[in-house]
Amino acid sequence: MADDPLPVVGQPEAGPAGSALTDIAEEVVRFPGGGVAILRSDALFHWAQKSSMWPLTFGLACCAIEMMATFAGRFDLDRFGIFLRPTPRQSDVMIIAGTVTIKMAPRIRTLYDQMAHPKWVISMGSCANSGDHYRNVYSVVPGVDHVIPVDIYVAGCPPTPEALLEGIFALQRKIMEGDRAGA
Amino acid sequence: MSGGPIEIVERDFGELALNMGPQHPSTHGVLRLVLHLSGETVIKAIPVIGYLHRGVEKLSEHLAYDQLAPVYERDDYLAPTANSNAYVLAVERLGAIEVPRRAKWLRAFVSEWQRVSSHLVWLGTLGLDLGGALGGGTTLYMYCFREREKILDFLEELTGTRYHTNFNLVGGARYDLDASLAAKSDALAASVEAALPELWAMSGGNPIFEERTRGVGVISKDLALGVGVTGPTLRASGIAHDIRKDAPYDAYGELSFDVVTRTAGDAEARFQVRMDELGVSLKLVKQIAAGLPKGPIFTRKPLKNPKATKLPKGEVYAAVESPRGELGFHIVSDGTAKPYRLKINAPSFKNLQIVPHILPGGLVADVVAILGSLDPVLGDVDR
Amino acid sequence: MPAPEIVAALQTRFSATPTALGVELPSSELLTALRALRDAHGYRYYVTGTGAESATSFEIVHAVRNLVSNDTIFVKVSVGKDAPEVDSAAFVYAGAEWQEREIWDLFGVTFRAHPDLRRILMPDDYPGHPLRKSFAMDTPWGYRPQTSETPEAAS
Repeated sequence: MADDPLPVVGQPEAGPAGSALTDIAEEVVRFPGGGVAILRSDALFHWAQKSSMWPLTFGLACCAIEMMATFAGRFDLDRFGIFLRPTPRQSDVMIIAGTVTIKMAPRIRTLYDQMAHPKWVISMGSCANSGDHYRNVYSVVPGVDHVIPVDIYVAGCPPTPEALLEGIFALQRKIMEGDRAGA
Repeated sequence: MSGGPIEIVERDFGELALNMGPQHPSTHGVLRLVLHLSGETVIKAIPVIGYLHRGVEKLSEHLAYDQLAPVYERDDYLAPTANSNAYVLAVERLGAIEVPRRAKWLRAFVSEWQRVSSHLVWLGTLGLDLGGALGGGTTLYMYCFREREKILDFLEELTGTRYHTNFNLVGGARYDLDASLAAKSDALAASVEAALPELWAMSGGNPIFEERTRGVGVISKDLALGVGVTGPTLRASGIAHDIRKDAPYDAYGELSFDVVTRTAGDAEARFQVRMDELGVSLKLVKQIAAGLPKGPIFTRKPLKNPKATKLPKGEVYAAVESPRGELGFHIVSDGTAKPYRLKINAPSFKNLQIVPHILPGGLVADVVAILGSLDPVLGDVDR
Repeated sequence: MPAPEIVAALQTRFSATPTALGVELPSSELLTALRALRDAHGYRYYVTGTGAESATSFEIVHAVRNLVSNDTIFVKVSVGKDAPEVDSAAFVYAGAEWQEREIWDLFGVTFRAHPDLRRILMPDDYPGHPLRKSFAMDTPWGYRPQTSETPEAAS
């Protein structure tokens, strides 16, 4: 198994919202054995939040399978500090992957309410964005933003894992800016 | 402490109603189980479904026949082309539409690759269910998804997308296989086959896995027939019923393969049936690539207006063997360009009906093992 | 296409008329015909149960299969639209239980003596039967999730 290469995908760009503490610090003073970084507190908190987003395991339909593939070994979200939690009390991101139906909508709202602040929502896939081709059906909510506030919309049916990764990086950039859809 | 004998007092706390789902890592989607427990033993299990009901059957009455094939790929979302395969078979049977032989073989080819991919997801999530996300089950999950990524890469080369490929057309197939892709498919089949012993060792060869699945969730023959379970669940109870052999469609009449059965009817038997089916499917894709007939893949007259294809009045039923069992489409046509009534005979809907019969008497831990061995896909259950 | 012998047997015994996929029976004969198929003719495997609406009636179809002879027969009954009611086959074939719940849910046909007749796919308090021709597909979903914390009110 060692010699069949699977290409490495998904590297977040290093930049103003970079991944190292020294990138976001205002001033760094190094001395033998360590150093001191001086930075604004909200920059520190945002950097900590975006570097360890813990999503709730919440797959509804086919996008859930692509989300599971993104969490698997090839695209590997653990290297970004992203680590699935089964309970909303321990998670801060909710990835709505799949169609939202009227029977499920109250449960989505309950789960979102049970998450502690700060929390973000990624709407993954066309069904969660707008209902896709089911939007006129009697039992489908045309988009999860009728139920909960959404931060990032990832397009696709289903979005490829690369697209979901790009959505997660966009959420990371949004967190660094201190922006949130819900409260 | 005096060191005297310890007194053990048993207390009966009565019956507890515990809700499992619809958001739960082990329910394979948005399934809700209301479990009535006495201690750890399940007394009653009531499945509640409908959390993914997208009204596909009603939607079908509003779209034209040529538009509808991609819609059904979202139902059983682990083997998307199985759904559209069954649909186009039903439409072609009712409309007496010719399908070129090469297209039939290509449909079987993609269906078998998706059977392998679906069984890999089943095995990976079974590992997560039985082993726990932090308890070692994740290893099996990562290995299975690694193999599956290679298959999805191949499908992306063939069709342009990894997952919902829109491969089946009414009257043929959309994408063709050339010699280099056929060679890639053979190499891929060899590589996945080489990985199978490792997957077996991680799951079936593990004594804890055997203990958790042996004798758990036994489905007797009579129960299986009366409830109407299908697919590997049926074959693990000793009934050798496989639509590919009993009502051959596409290329299956011309291919040679075995129907895998077991007699124990428990979760371990269902596991073994699916693992053996992995081997059978990998041999089938090699057989299909080697014997692919030459010719066109779509021979209908160019469609000036795809929304205007009318089917004659009547009704038809056509089924395929999806990784979950018999997936059938019952179409009633009134002579217009849209179906009058379309009913999907969903294998997971029928398999899930067995849950109230086999869960009682087992432990809570067995619930997860049984659900994993039934392999339900909620898009298929709720449509 | 079901085997001609079984169609002929049902015709003589239950005044059935042949259809494209099976037979149509008077609704009073449904349970006796299904029992005969299961016990006397070996159609022990339940395939599926469907509902459909024609211009004048609701049609209930049960499909059963004989695994030995590999033959599937679709047994259809029709009920009027005013008070659509038919006997439940759930005690003849266990698999009919959920299919009949789905037909009740989506068409509104009641099944006499069904062990547990309630909605299965739609919410329990949903008004209307979605697959009826009189029900518009884009009937507004109208559900407002009950919650005390709305996006505007949260601090």
